[in-house]
Amino acid sequence: MDLALLPTLLLAAVDGAHAASDGHAAHAAGYADVGTLQFAKANVDAGYSWLKWMLLAPLASVVLCGAFALLKVKGRWPAVFTVGSFVLAAALAVQLYLQWSPTLFSTHAPLAVPLGDWIDLRWGTGPFQSLVAGFGLYIDGITMLWMLFVTVLATLIALYASEYMESDVKAGYARFFFAVSLFVASMLILVMSDNLIGLYLGWEGVGLCSYMLIGYYATQPGAVAANKKAFVMNRIGDLGLALAVFLIWTNYGTVEYDGLFQAIAASDAGTVQGSWGKAAIPFLLLLAVCGKSAQGPLFTWLPDAMWGPTPVSALIHAATMVTAGIYLLARMAPFYTAQAIGAEWAETALLTVGWIGCATAFIGATIACGQFDYKRVFAYSTISSLGYMVMGLGVGTAFGGVYYVFTHAWFKALLFLTAGAVMHGMAGQVDFRKLGGLLKVPGFRLTMLCMLLGCAYLATMPFSAAALSKDIILYQALTSPVEQVRWMGWLGLATAGITAYYAFRVWFRLALGPVRMEPGPDQHGHDDHGHDAHGHHAHAHDSHGHAGHGFHPHAPGVRISLVLAVIAVGSVLAGLPSYLEGKLGFNWVQRFVSNSSAWIRDTAGPEHAEILGRDAHGALFVLATGVVVVGVALAFVLHAANPALGDRLRTRMLATPGLKWLATGSEHGWWVDQIYAGTIGMASWIVAQLLYVTDRVVMDGIVVTAVGRVPGFVARIFQPLYTGSVQGYALTMAGGIGLILVWVVWIWLSGGAS
Amino acid sequence: MNTALALLADAPVSPAMPASIQVTLVLALLLFAIGLVGFLTRRNMILMFLCTELMFQAAALAFVAFGRMWMDLSGQLFVIFILTVAAAEAALALGLVVLLYRRKETLSNDAWAELKE
Repeated sequence: MDLALLPTLLLAAVDGAHAASDGHAAHAAGYADVGTLQFAKANVDAGYSWLKWMLLAPLASVVLCGAFALLKVKGRWPAVFTVGSFVLAAALAVQLYLQWSPTLFSTHAPLAVPLGDWIDLRWGTGPFQSLVAGFGLYIDGITMLWMLFVTVLATLIALYASEYMESDVKAGYARFFFAVSLFVASMLILVMSDNLIGLYLGWEGVGLCSYMLIGYYATQPGAVAANKKAFVMNRIGDLGLALAVFLIWTNYGTVEYDGLFQAIAASDAGTVQGSWGKAAIPFLLLLAVCGKSAQGPLFTWLPDAMWGPTPVSALIHAATMVTAGIYLLARMAPFYTAQAIGAEWAETALLTVGWIGCATAFIGATIACGQFDYKRVFAYSTISSLGYMVMGLGVGTAFGGVYYVFTHAWFKALLFLTAGAVMHGMAGQVDFRKLGGLLKVPGFRLTMLCMLLGCAYLATMPFSAAALSKDIILYQALTSPVEQVRWMGWLGLATAGITAYYAFRVWFRLALGPVRMEPGPDQHGHDDHGHDAHGHHAHAHDSHGHAGHGFHPHAPGVRISLVLAVIAVGSVLAGLPSYLEGKLGFNWVQRFVSNSSAWIRDTAGPEHAEILGRDAHGALFVLATGVVVVGVALAFVLHAANPALGDRLRTRMLATPGLKWLATGSEHGWWVDQIYAGTIGMASWIVAQLLYVTDRVVMDGIVVTAVGRVPGFVARIFQPLYTGSVQGYALTMAGGIGLILVWVVWIWLSGGAS
Repeated sequence: MNTALALLADAPVSPAMPASIQVTLVLALLLFAIGLVGFLTRRNMILMFLCTELMFQAAALAFVAFGRMWMDLSGQLFVIFILTVAAAEAALALGLVVLLYRRKETLSNDAWAELKE
């Protein structure tokens, strides 16, 4: 795989060297200096206050599901509440879009809807003498886009979950939908709030809900460890966000978007006073993104999050939580400009974003190649895709990044939901070595075809929505005047090839070949529902006699199939903005992005750009298609045409000392977990042990025991006075009174008390 | 001059009545001393209890005497209180003595010296 790309990479090196000699010095300074920034002042319109129902509907569902969970009422009502409230939220989002779309495409003003007071501290009238953060909505292009796809996908996923979680109706059904409702409510607060503190509220809300949902199967130690890990990893990012909000307030005196963007737009790039406080903001925001969107050093929580029920994986990894980081980057894009923090720091910040995204995309893809758990492959592919999005924002195309968020949300939801359908039917079997030929199994055909579509999109098949959006990122990177950014582009191209390989590796192994169905560990409920499938599957068992004799896989039911079909259609239609671009004269998603705070620079790349000396568009198409074809072909040879060859290759790799690390490293995620455990984990363990010993010796041993012995010591001195004789005590008392009397009389007689 | 006190007094009184108050106070002192000595020398819990009552009444007598001296009803009011509380306390204390006797089959308070620890 990598060998095939070597020539292109070498060419890239030559190309980069050329550019460095002629254009680097001239362009590098302008990379973050994006010229005049203009953000329209928000248009305050309280007439849109009906939008609050978008938040209140899921919250009402939270209350109802919570009541059901607390009162231990069994039944399917929680799913009805959840799906119903999501449908309402989605309908309102669409309604807003329809009402607003004429102005969305003509004016650039965001919509601000005040809903109520929240934090209102004033200790003066000047700047930096107030902290105001109300309950209010700030809706511009990216908010609108997020509102649309979050609510629509959440509705579909909740509908899917209502069937998927059927076997839990007697257990955690209400608890599950409680968390899902709260999750979506938090996500909507995150994207719709008009200030950073509201965003932080939603940010923490989705973190909490992911914790609850990943650990849904709380009786399994693995699930508990996974949710703890996700929570702790996210806390590191949350710390970055909190510090960024503090610094934003100390530097700009407000946390409301409108005021912030106006302040940045008003400042002059030439005279801006860069300070460490301002320069730290974009890096702290990036740390927050790393936590929430599973980037860079903090990505290891996401694969473990697979412990949650599969609809949760789809909800967390496709539509909502992980895209919150991308949203934050897009929303806070003005902070990555020369106006905000000075040209040099802004460039460093942007390049850091780009490199983190690029490296994460590459590392995620290489790990995905070595996984045998198909759900984990999709988890690592999510990390990789998120890396692409972050890279898109880093290389300067917010449009590409956001467009890929949009297309990815659909096909990744599709992949997770098909994976869930397979898991659901195969009693929780997640190892694709124990499954095979599912395309031939009746009832699973639709699922496997949907998965094929998802894999093709993940592999960025030419002309697919995914390819159209991803190519914008690659185009921007490869035609950039900055050499480093072009390197990111080449690495991104290599990643695309690897992605094509691992996506089809999963699908070929699962769908083709002889039928193999070893059931997984949980046999739950396959007797309850699925009788209709028994007759169809009998022959499969008889003819193969595999280990799971007597196991009846049950095919997905109506709701799961319906949702799969709808999301599959949605995945294809997600490419419409590009397909219709020629006809409409504009790209639908680009309109959203260009009417938002993410739009900090002019459109994608210079005119008449060249890649490797050819026209950039044509060259990129050939290159991108080339790596995808190579990747898919390699997967076909090793996993479909001749799976034995693939297995032999792996065995030989494991046997060859020089290559063993490649296979095992990929399988174990490059030992990142182990490295963390060995460094940070070990260091904290040592500190903990030191503190434990200190506590035992100094605190317990010296301080507490010493103080505790003082009363006992004093008591031993005076103890002999306690004879046990009442008369003795009485005599002491009477004697004492006598002495006091004598003293008083003596003072009296000597005239002291006159 | 208080009308109530005037009714109480059988003759017109003057604030200073040195002879009668001294006599009364000496009587109260004697009563108190007897009670104290009795309390310190006796080992029988009932007798000790009676001695405390004696000291009580000495104090009550002093109250009455001083009330008379200052022509103030407060002294007599206090006596009423002392009598009431003493009645309640007597019931409690005698009950305790009975319980203690049942435990040790003796009224001597030396039997309870082990409580010193």
